[in-house]
Amino acid sequence: MAAAIGSPSRAAASAPSRAAAGTAPSRAVLRVASAGPSPRRRGAVAAAAMQPAKAVAAEASTAAAELNGAAVAGMARPDAMGRFGKFGGKYVPETLMHALTELESAFHALATDEEFQKELDGILKDYVGRESPLYFAERLTEHYKRADGTGPLIYLKREDLNHTGAHKINNAVAQALLAKRLGKQRIIAETGAGQHGVATATVCARFGLQCIIYMGAQDMERQALNVFRMRLLGAEVRPVHSGTATLKDATSEAIRDWVTNVETTHYILGSVAGPHPYPMMVREFHKVIGQETRRQAMDKWGGKPDVLVACVGGGSNAMGLFHEFVDDQDVRLIGVEAAGHGVDTDKHAATLTKGEVGVLHGSMSYLLQDDDGQVIEPHSISAGLDYPGVGPEHSFLKDIGRAEYDSVTDQEALDAFKRVSRLEGIIPALETSHALAYLEKLCPTLPDGVRVVVNCSGRGDKDVHTASKYLEV
Amino acid sequence: MAFAIKPASTSHSTFSPAVHQSSSSLSRRAAAAKMPAGRRKAPAVVRAVAAAAPPAPAPARPAGKRCLSVSQTMSRLKAQGKTAFIPYITAGDPDLATTAEALRLLDACGADVIELGVPCSDPYADGPVIQASTARALASGTTPDGVLAMLKEVTPELSCPVVLFSYFNPVVRWGLADFAAAAKEAGVHGLIVPDLPYAATCALRSEAMKNNLELVLLTTPATPEERMKEITRASEGFIYLVSVNGVTGPRANVSTRVESLIQEVKQVTDKPVAVGFGISKPEHVKQIAEWGADGVIIGSAMVRQLGEGVSPQEGLKRLEDYARSMKNALP
Repeated sequence: MAAAIGSPSRAAASAPSRAAAGTAPSRAVLRVASAGPSPRRRGAVAAAAMQPAKAVAAEASTAAAELNGAAVAGMARPDAMGRFGKFGGKYVPETLMHALTELESAFHALATDEEFQKELDGILKDYVGRESPLYFAERLTEHYKRADGTGPLIYLKREDLNHTGAHKINNAVAQALLAKRLGKQRIIAETGAGQHGVATATVCARFGLQCIIYMGAQDMERQALNVFRMRLLGAEVRPVHSGTATLKDATSEAIRDWVTNVETTHYILGSVAGPHPYPMMVREFHKVIGQETRRQAMDKWGGKPDVLVACVGGGSNAMGLFHEFVDDQDVRLIGVEAAGHGVDTDKHAATLTKGEVGVLHGSMSYLLQDDDGQVIEPHSISAGLDYPGVGPEHSFLKDIGRAEYDSVTDQEALDAFKRVSRLEGIIPALETSHALAYLEKLCPTLPDGVRVVVNCSGRGDKDVHTASKYLEV
Repeated sequence: MAFAIKPASTSHSTFSPAVHQSSSSLSRRAAAAKMPAGRRKAPAVVRAVAAAAPPAPAPARPAGKRCLSVSQTMSRLKAQGKTAFIPYITAGDPDLATTAEALRLLDACGADVIELGVPCSDPYADGPVIQASTARALASGTTPDGVLAMLKEVTPELSCPVVLFSYFNPVVRWGLADFAAAAKEAGVHGLIVPDLPYAATCALRSEAMKNNLELVLLTTPATPEERMKEITRASEGFIYLVSVNGVTGPRANVSTRVESLIQEVKQVTDKPVAVGFGISKPEHVKQIAEWGADGVIIGSAMVRQLGEGVSPQEGLKRLEDYARSMKNALP
């Protein structure tokens, strides 16, 4: 995969050729109704009923989105200051500024470094096990068929089949190679569910790097199996007791470590969050997900997917899938957040749905906070979505109306966890289960034959302990 | 005075933080509901708080007479061959009444500038001592509104300028322009925002300027020379030289690297340079003064004195003794 790493300007430049290869870019065909290349039977479904409730707001701003959609195509994301519109940026202690500049330079230099690309491609193929399949979920598709036999076609992008069981390894392996090039032998990372921690511990073992993982004490309890895996892989797992003892506090503690050891240490941030260049860099390391999806779709049905669905905590798996298609206005992008006990309770992690603009951990984005700007403790059954912030590019895509964001509750996610296990023989991660749960709302609104790709971002072995407390099986 | 601790009484006077905080946040929400365009109407809130306090004759503001700006204070000391003593405490730890008393006390002990921290839920530039202190302050219900309302009453009594130390998010949440105006209204002279690096200061700087607030910038051992020069050009009040790569918190020794760092900064600027992070002992401040610094900033060690007392009164006593010992070690 030559394009596994690339500068944003290169990505933007490649957009026209991509459009020529695929469907002609009909202007702002955000809605599937007018875009379906093979409209079989759609009369039965009223166009107005096609959108899930949340999309109504997006509908209202379609005109704005058309304009913005055009603007997005020619625009560097992020700009030179690391901003996506007003979001992103670098809000960090001065001590880290030089390290971020150095990291950005290294990233851009390696984007055109053939030797580095070759090494990365080789590892992604032989060690990570890429490419990951685009799997037609036959029984899930059957499940969502209406009484008249119509309904969307469901595909799963199988990131759960990657080494270590989630998409997280794509970024970890690339950043570890980057750290080696920077001459840094000490690696730190934060982790929530433990998937990023396991991925980081794995690549540190693979490349012989010292590895320290910060993890909230509460998360260590929820994800005991992953703690053991990280230790088995030779990493030191440091419990974080401050604050709410979850992912945000682990991230704060990782930043404190980095400020202290910046000259010897590389911080492998695990999401499309944090200060520039992380949101861009982590997206670039995951964009292979969307690139493969485009190619596989072309091979399987000679077109593009119509709808992409992914869960959003920080938002790395979603950006990895979406990025390739942001300029394709006829592909709907839907991010699904964790509504916990419900977005109208005080126990949820639906940042884009309920948050307000703020600054946390180095970037400006939507944030769950109170009137005084203090961060509110989020809640989700899934540790990987239990974060009060979100990647700045998601905030940008939301504000310009290019992507839609909705949320599902703990219970809905658990139901999907069980449903997909039973229907497809795939136990999805609880994070992924949020994206899968959204099919319940989405599918009844979609016309026949619409192709939906859900990013199956991780496998659920790590979650069986948690799920067993709630599910009767 | 609503924020006074009556010396004779064991309990805090008329000032009850819990009641105070809730009325403040209620009034803000009411204001927000009424005015959808400007969510934060800080001046209104400050007025509401003042109205809730028992009527007290407003002390005549000794505008520019007793209390100079931060840069004026620093240059006057420099002219006298003195090194500024700059203590830091966290507002609201353990409560705002104690903070008010601590400000008066530090002023009386010869503080030249006081750095006052606004508690934040995620203080990721701070070490364990200040983290614990901000957690205590938040637990006691301290809000940015409350901090400014307290300052509005206390700053007229102080002879030294107060610099507010706040992470960026509470400022963003309040609104940059309104926050700067409210800070000025409360008698604040300067701002330090630890997670707002030089390149991102533009918007806040212009709001600060409109309100005569000096925006103090930080330079660190990891800052390359070019940016250090830009920072020193842009920094107002003084240049905050961070002594080590790391978070705040006492350390056993001051790195000898600090001497050359001070010299490097002094080579490119005539502005005063104050050294902070990791400084906790009289011998540290003596050493740093000998190396030519124009000021020393002492944070965690101050916070610890105040926080480790079994009562606010004992904490204040410890703070006083400690502040005097540090002040006396300085030329």
